[in-house]
Amino acid sequence: MIREFGTGDIVYLVFAARWTLALTALAFAGGAIVGLTLAVLRISPLAPLRFLASLYIQIVQGTPLLVWLFLFYFGLSIAGLPVNAWTAAALAYSIYGGAFLGEIWRGALIAVAPTQWEAGASLGLTYVQQMRHIIIPQAVRIATPPTIGFLVQLIKNTSLAATIGFVELTREGQLTSASTYKPFAVYITVACIYFLICFPLTQWSRRLEERFNVAR
Amino acid sequence: MKYGLQFRDVFAAWEFLLEGLAVTLALSVCTMVLGFFLGLACACARTYGGARFKQAVTVYIETIRNTPLLVQIFLLYFGLPSLGLRLEGFDAALIALVINLGAYSTEIIRAGLEAIPKSQIEAGQSLGLTPWQIFRYIIVFPALKAMYPALSSQFILLMLATSVVSQISVQDLFHVGSIIQSRTFRDFEVYTVIGCIYLALAFMMRGVFAVIYRQVFAR
Repeated sequence: MIREFGTGDIVYLVFAARWTLALTALAFAGGAIVGLTLAVLRISPLAPLRFLASLYIQIVQGTPLLVWLFLFYFGLSIAGLPVNAWTAAALAYSIYGGAFLGEIWRGALIAVAPTQWEAGASLGLTYVQQMRHIIIPQAVRIATPPTIGFLVQLIKNTSLAATIGFVELTREGQLTSASTYKPFAVYITVACIYFLICFPLTQWSRRLEERFNVAR
Repeated sequence: MKYGLQFRDVFAAWEFLLEGLAVTLALSVCTMVLGFFLGLACACARTYGGARFKQAVTVYIETIRNTPLLVQIFLLYFGLPSLGLRLEGFDAALIALVINLGAYSTEIIRAGLEAIPKSQIEAGQSLGLTPWQIFRYIIVFPALKAMYPALSSQFILLMLATSVVSQISVQDLFHVGSIIQSRTFRDFEVYTVIGCIYLALAFMMRGVFAVIYRQVFAR
């Protein structure tokens, strides 16, 4: 018997969103590690390091996220590693997120005036000290709005993990749709939940950006 | 256990891969053209239109930009038939992609239109040009130049995003890859090859966009 799409299903979908948020958090954490490394390498004084970081970004930004997900989900087993949807998704999203966060953060780092570096150098600070105490604190302010913007992209893109059977909001939607046979109502509900998560973040990012532009 | 990489089975299906590539290209090019004009119409409505237009466009943009493309595609393909409107996979995919790209390009085009200093439009008005002439001779060219870089990277992102349509069984490059995978069990090899093809496409698009920019705008 086909059951109805009722309040219970909506509650269930809302609860499934916690896996969307958990995956987003994992992806952001992994992406932040990769991205920070890339951003620092991209402005390093050593040309080969800059080249490698730039190559990485070009490759990842030139391939669909879906390819990374499938490559890790189906492909890693040939290396003899046991792979489940969580590991595959965590790896794929870290690689993907890192490339985009790396570019955003590099932009923020080079947006800090060069005289700030020179001021640090003239105080006798080392490269790492200049980065740590002078450049990064200023770059964080510049980077916050676009980083939140990318976080919204990331939340939406976690929906692709549904394709490798990762049960988050979209996958839960597919399952509910299959059991209630009310695809329209189900996917509208799913879309609304995504909207309720993403829209406040979008607005926040926009407000921060406006405030930053006024301050400048 | 040692695993030997074998690309032979994947390359044996090259004709099939080409078919998928053709679908991906067709979908991307149609979406770019239609999505651009949708974005242009919405950006004009938002910049020059009345308050009600502005509101409608804002609702459209915010709805699309704050929900995942995959859910939008599912809604059109699986959801609409229950309202009595059944779409072919390719059509559903194309419509969803156009609506999606339209929302993103509206913002980019609007920024381009707003980059034109008001004084230039006023200069046109004081010369007695009609609104269409002002749009045609004063706004279009510099606005296109201002929006070009953002728009071309959005187009590349769109081409990559078309891979999502494989989830409603449109036989694009990615879907063809999944079929080859299920026939040959060469998982790693298939997705490496597919990834490289997308990468080559992305680089080609970037090259073509750079050439167009140099020919048209860099003078």
